[in-house]
Amino acid sequence: MEYAIETEKLCKKFCDITAVSNINLNIEKGEILGLLGPNGAGKTTIIKMLATLLKPTSGFAEVWHYNILKEQDAVRRSIGIVFQDPSVDTELTGRENLDFHARMYGLSKEEREKRINEVLDLVELNDRANVFVKFYSGGMQRRLEIARGLMHHPNVLFLDEPTLGLDAQTRHRIWEYIKRLNKAQKVTVVLTTHYMEEADYLCDRVAIIDHGKIIALDKPNNLKNAIGEDIISVQVSDGGKFSDILTKIEFIKRIKLHDDFLFLSVENGEIMIPRILRLAHEEGVFVHSVSLRKPTLEDVFLTFTGRTIREQEASVKEQIRMKAKASMRMGGKR
Amino acid sequence: MKSLDFTAIYTIWLREMKRFFRARSRLIGSLAMPLFFLLFLGMGFDAAFKFSDMPPGVDYIAFLAPGIIGMALLFNSITSGLSVIWDRQFGFLKEIMVAPVSRVSIVLGKTLGGMTTALLQGILILLIAMGIGFKITGLLGFLSAVICMILIATSFVCLGLIFASIINDMQGFHLIMTLFTFPIFILSSALFPLERLPLWLKYLSYINPLTYGVDGLRYSLIGMAHFSLILDLFVLVCFCIFMISLSTYFFGNVEVD
Repeated sequence: MEYAIETEKLCKKFCDITAVSNINLNIEKGEILGLLGPNGAGKTTIIKMLATLLKPTSGFAEVWHYNILKEQDAVRRSIGIVFQDPSVDTELTGRENLDFHARMYGLSKEEREKRINEVLDLVELNDRANVFVKFYSGGMQRRLEIARGLMHHPNVLFLDEPTLGLDAQTRHRIWEYIKRLNKAQKVTVVLTTHYMEEADYLCDRVAIIDHGKIIALDKPNNLKNAIGEDIISVQVSDGGKFSDILTKIEFIKRIKLHDDFLFLSVENGEIMIPRILRLAHEEGVFVHSVSLRKPTLEDVFLTFTGRTIREQEASVKEQIRMKAKASMRMGGKR
Repeated sequence: MKSLDFTAIYTIWLREMKRFFRARSRLIGSLAMPLFFLLFLGMGFDAAFKFSDMPPGVDYIAFLAPGIIGMALLFNSITSGLSVIWDRQFGFLKEIMVAPVSRVSIVLGKTLGGMTTALLQGILILLIAMGIGFKITGLLGFLSAVICMILIATSFVCLGLIFASIINDMQGFHLIMTLFTFPIFILSSALFPLERLPLWLKYLSYINPLTYGVDGLRYSLIGMAHFSLILDLFVLVCFCIFMISLSTYFFGNVEVD
């Protein structure tokens, strides 16, 4: 198999916080791979290392067979990237921003004009092309950046939260274009996302990232099967006891227990809720609350890490806050 | 990797030009301070003190004018080097750094852009000074002054770039302006002659590259010099080459997070 990207024990530390730890990831040529995980999981850091913007603390990677440390220019020529945060010059017009990019990537004059109009068409910014970017809305800036990343026909396209902050319509148009680009021109796409539906719709494979590690890597369907169809959460008086009883019921595929909360993976959850309540009544277990959820990214996460994404994000913030406090205390002593 | 990419250099230069000509208020602001210095400081000191060591026929304002041009070059070129901090803040630096362009080309593009804008402002101040009665030695002097201006501007844009690749916030910018730019300006003989300074201050001025820049400008424009024009140009060229190499080195190691 030909790989577009290979990483070997890729690590990145910021001070003592490990952002990315021992990532071994092979991305096939022509596939769309999604990196899925909460803020602070290290998705963006991985992409920035592969795009030569950050140097790994240890380990190495090859992008399009070029070493990201030794052949940076060759790597840069092979890739396109759409950043998560704004990266346009707001003092220039939209067209001038695209023109800057095209020139930096060495496009000829004819190519430049042709491609600029093509990508402007795609993101429907033609009528705003000659307006200064500082007068663009957030969504328009985003569309401009996506247009820019696609302009020079890269072999590998990195998209860091490509549709964050876009309305549903534009999001779907971008998805369609990414798919078409991937199919027609065999562009390998690596994207990070919060959205399960985005990963589901677009990606051939999805890597779930937590604490800078890959904790699951598979086709979206397989991941979804792994977490079950629906999830019923029940808060009961005696979680342990009720959990033992429910393990014998055959329509419940899996049970997770957190304190007094039971998370039950079932099909057709709305039909199963009355049955579970009846059972609880018969066994003398008191039910505090019941809720039903269709699977989300949180459930994938819960399944693979035993924590919800919100807990996870809090703990990252907590970590940073603790570090800040610690350094302040150190400063005070001195 | 090491090769020069002239398209990229031109592209980056072009962007600097567009931004410069669109920010009229910034241009007026950066011209106003040197002109205030020249007019008010010049007239004030001229009236209050009699400077010794002045050749006959040279008044304080004539002495001060080349120094003020040096000052304008210094401030504008360091600021334009440091503008990379803004690019970083607004994210555009990522777009530049991820482009398949050698780092040396990026540095040269930025340097040429900053140099051009600083040079334009330096020449503008010279013309305004000439408009209000400042007399220069002649066309040859004007040309050699422009060469000095180019060397001064290029070197200090690079210095700004070096600082910008180390620091990454606005606070750092103000710190640099106060801790480096002001001492460089004041100890450059822009405001007062070096002859009667205490020895330690004199030595500080001698290791200050801008001293040679101001001296070169002063010789070119009014024919008065502490060193010789040859020495001035020699020091400026060496410093300039050194700064370009150093800023390329620092810029090559910039990480964008």
